[in-house]
Amino acid sequence: MASATAYAGTRRGFPVRWVLRLLVLAYLSLLLVVPVGYVLFRTFQHGLTPVLDSLTTASTVHAFQITGVVAFYAVIANTVFGVAAALLLVRHSFRGKRVLNALIDLPIAVSPVVVGLALVLVYGRLTGVGKALAHLGISIIFSIPGMVMATIFVCIPLVVRAVAPVLEEIGDDQEQAAATLGAGPLQTFLRITLPSIRGALAYGVVLALARSLGEYGAVSVVSGRLVGRTQTVTLLVQERYQNFDQQTAYACAVLLVLVAVIALLISRVLRPKELR
Amino acid sequence: MSITTAVHPAPSPPAPSPSAPRAGRRAVVRRLQGKGRVAGLSLVVTYLSVIVLIPLGAVVWRSQGNGPAGFLDAITTPEAASTLQLTIGASLIVALVNMVMGTMIAWVLVRDRLPGRAVLDTLIDLPFALPTIVAGLALLTVYGPSSPFGLDLAYARSGVVVALLFVTLPFVVRTVQPVLLELDREMEQAAASLGARPGTIFIRVILPNVVPAMAGGTALAFARAISEFGSTVLISGNLPFKTQVASVHIYNQLESDNITGAAAVSTVLLLVSLAMLVALDLLQRWAARRG
Amino acid sequence: MVFTAVRRSTALLAAGLVCAFALSACASTDAPSAGSPAGSAGEKVSLSLIAYSTPQAAYETIIAAFQKTPAGKNVTFTQSYGASGDQSRAVAAGLPADYVAFSLETDMTRLVDAKLVDPSWNTDANKGMVTNSVVALVTRQGNPKKITSFNDLIKPGVQVITPNPFSSGSARWNIMAAYGSQTKTGKSDADAAAFLAKMLGNVAVQDDSGRAALQTFTGGKGDVLLSYENEAIFAKQKGQAVDYVVPDSTLLIENPAAVTSTSTHPREAKAFLDFVRSDAAQAIFAANGYRPVSKTADTAGQTFPTPAGLFTIADLGGWSTVATTFFDADKGIVTGIERKLGVSVEKK
Repeated sequence: MASATAYAGTRRGFPVRWVLRLLVLAYLSLLLVVPVGYVLFRTFQHGLTPVLDSLTTASTVHAFQITGVVAFYAVIANTVFGVAAALLLVRHSFRGKRVLNALIDLPIAVSPVVVGLALVLVYGRLTGVGKALAHLGISIIFSIPGMVMATIFVCIPLVVRAVAPVLEEIGDDQEQAAATLGAGPLQTFLRITLPSIRGALAYGVVLALARSLGEYGAVSVVSGRLVGRTQTVTLLVQERYQNFDQQTAYACAVLLVLVAVIALLISRVLRPKELR
Repeated sequence: MSITTAVHPAPSPPAPSPSAPRAGRRAVVRRLQGKGRVAGLSLVVTYLSVIVLIPLGAVVWRSQGNGPAGFLDAITTPEAASTLQLTIGASLIVALVNMVMGTMIAWVLVRDRLPGRAVLDTLIDLPFALPTIVAGLALLTVYGPSSPFGLDLAYARSGVVVALLFVTLPFVVRTVQPVLLELDREMEQAAASLGARPGTIFIRVILPNVVPAMAGGTALAFARAISEFGSTVLISGNLPFKTQVASVHIYNQLESDNITGAAAVSTVLLLVSLAMLVALDLLQRWAARRG
Repeated sequence: MVFTAVRRSTALLAAGLVCAFALSACASTDAPSAGSPAGSAGEKVSLSLIAYSTPQAAYETIIAAFQKTPAGKNVTFTQSYGASGDQSRAVAAGLPADYVAFSLETDMTRLVDAKLVDPSWNTDANKGMVTNSVVALVTRQGNPKKITSFNDLIKPGVQVITPNPFSSGSARWNIMAAYGSQTKTGKSDADAAAFLAKMLGNVAVQDDSGRAALQTFTGGKGDVLLSYENEAIFAKQKGQAVDYVVPDSTLLIENPAAVTSTSTHPREAKAFLDFVRSDAAQAIFAANGYRPVSKTADTAGQTFPTPAGLFTIADLGGWSTVATTFFDADKGIVTGIERKLGVSVEKK
C-alpha cells in the first residue's frame, strides 16, 4: 500500500477528516460488518460441534464436492480464455476490438436469471442443439456441463481484467527480443510473458474461483437441483434454510464466507501493484 | 478488484517506438503476431459465442416471438412496466449513494492514515466474493422482522435498496482508489500555498481528475444493480408493484410458463446494460483523449 | 519481498487447484455408487424422483422403507425437490424422471400434454392422488388475533401472508379456498371476487413458494399465514411457535403423483408408486402431516378432523377451468385484482 502522506491541509481539515472517518466506518459497519458478523455469531452460538456435524452430513459433503468440480472446470476454462483474450486486446489490433472489449464486461451486467434462461433456450433438450447433443449422449442442462457453462458466463471478465493492465504495463519489448532471437510464439509465451503476468493471473484466478463457488441464480435455473448430483452449496443453503435446518444453512454460509475471506486475503497479496 | 481497469484508458496497441533499428524486428514480430492473432481470435470468439452471444441472442430472438407489437405489449403490462421502473429507479438511487460513499471510502483509504485501513481495504471486496444468497441471508437476519436491533427493512423498497447497496459497494471504491493514488499532489500543494481552502482544492483540483473514474464505477454499479437476483430474492418479499425487482419478475414469469414475457423483460435489461457498456466505452475514450 | 510473496501464493494456489482436482476425481468416482444398498443380489436400478418441495422429509423416510421391501431392495434414488411448477417445467424440458409428484394437477397435465406421462395416470381408485391436505390458517401461538375463518382475514389491521399465485401452487390452493369459502356459504361470484380483493389487500408479503412464505411467517412477519395443513404441522414439529386453525369451510388439497412414460425402469418405478399408495407409506405421510388417501392407513397419532363445509376443486369447476378463469395472465380475476392493488399501492 502506498504510504498515505499527510495532506498539507490536514490541520485545517481536521473536523472534516473525522466526519469522513465516522461516515465511512458507520456505513461499512451497517452494510458489511454487522450482517456478516451476526451470521457468524448465530452459527457459533451453540459451539463448534453442531457446526461440524452439519458440515459432515452426506448431502453437505456432496454439495461441496459438486461445487468444487463445477468451479474447477469453470476456472480452468476462464483462465485459458482470459489469458488469450487479454493478449488479443493488448498485443493485437484488429477490427471489432472495441466491440470485443465491451462484450467481455457484459456478463457483469446480465442478470443471473437471464443467464440461466439463455442457456436453457439454446441447450435445453427441447431445442435443436439440445436434441442433437442428446443424440450424442451429451446432456448440458440439468447436469454438470450446463452448470459449468453458467458459472463460466458469470466470471468471464475476471481473469481478462486482471491480466490485461499488467500486459500493457510490461510492454512487448522482451517478447519482441525473444521473437527476433528465434523463439516460437509458444516459447515466448511460456518463457517471457507468463512469468511476468504470473501474479496478476493468480489474482484473477482467485477472484474467479471465489465467484464460481458462490454463484446462485444462474446455477439454480440450469441445475435441476438433484440432491447429491447437481445440488451446489449455495442451492443447499437455500434448501436447508427453507427446511428449518438453519444450523446447516448458516454453517454452509459461514464456510462460504470463510472461503471468500481467504480468497480476498490471497488476492490482496497477489493484486498487481497498479491495481492497489 | 479486476473491474477497476474498466475506466483506465482502453488497452491500446503497443506504443509506437521511434527507434529505427527496430523496424526489421517488427516485421518478424508482425508475422508471428498474425498467426497468433488468428488462433487467438478464433478461440476467443468461439468461446464468447458458445457461452454468451448465442444464448443471449436466443433470449432476444425469443422475446420477438409474438412480433414487435407482442414485445411492446409484454414490456408494457402493468407488472412489467412497474418492475422495470422500480428496478431502474432503485438502481439509480443505489448507484448515486454508492458514488458518494464509494468516493469517500476511497478517499479515507488513500489519504487518511486511518489505523486498520488495510482491514477496511480488504473488507471492501467482500460483497464481490460473498455468494449473493449468503448476503441476502445475512441482511435478512439483521434487517428482517427478527432483527436484533428492531430495525425491520425487509419486504419494503428500503430492503431492496439495502441489498443493492451491499452488492454494488466495491465498484466506485475500486475505480476511484487507483486514480486518487496516482494523483499528483503538487497541484494541491500549489493551490494550498496560494491560499485555496481545502474545500476549493477538492472541488477545483481533485474532483475533475476523479470524475471519470467515479462515473465509470457508478455505471458499473448501476449495471450490476439492475441485474441483481440472489440478494434481493429473500429480502424483497416479492410484492408485485411494490418490491418485485426485474430479475425476480423474470423468474416468476418463467415459473408461470410465460417464456416470451420473461425474454422480453430480459431483453430490456440487456439493452440497458449494453447502453451502459457503450457509455463506459465512450467515457474511456474521452478520458484517454483528455490524458 | 513482494516477489517472494507472489511466488509463495502461486504455490498455495497450485496446491488449492490440486485439492479441487482431487475433489473432482473423488466426486466423479463417488457419484454413481452413492447411496447404493449393501445387498448386491440382482441388478441395481437407480430411479429419479422429482417432487415439489414440501414432502421432502416424507419421501426420504418412504424411500428408506421401500428399500427394505423385496421390490425395493436393489433400487436407489436420485431426488430433486423444488417449487411444483419449476419441477414440472424441468421435467418437460428434459430433466430425467421416473417418478413425479406435484402439488397441483395442472403440473401433471403439462406432462401429459408433453407425452411424458400416460393419460391414464389418474384412473386408480384415488384418481392419481397420493396425499390430501386442507388449506389451514396458521397463526401466532395462542391465536392472539382470534382468527377462525376466512372472514377474519379481511378485518382491518390483520396482516396476511400467502405466496404469489403466479409462481406458487400453494398460493392457488389458498386463493381458491378463500373464494370457495364465500361461494359455498351462499355468496355470489361477484361478492366472492370482492372478498378476494379485500383479502389480497391485507397481504403483506407474497413469496415465490409456499415454503418461503412459511419462512417469512415464522421469521416474524404477519398475523396469519395461509398454508397447507401439513406445512403447519411440519412447522410445529420443528418447534416453531405457531398454532393453526382448520376453518369450517375450506378446500381439500389433492396432490398427484405418477410414473413417467419415458422411465427407463418402469417396473421398479411402478413398484415404488404402488408402495407410496400402500398403507405403510401412507402412514409415513400421515406422520409428516399429510392426510392419507388410503382410508385404512394408520394416521400415526395425528388427528385430521374433517371440516363441516369441506369442498373440493372439482366443486369449483376443476383446475383447468379455474386456471383460466382466475389466473390467466391477461383476463384472470386474480390477475385483475393484483393489478388494481398494485395501482393503489403505487399511488400511496
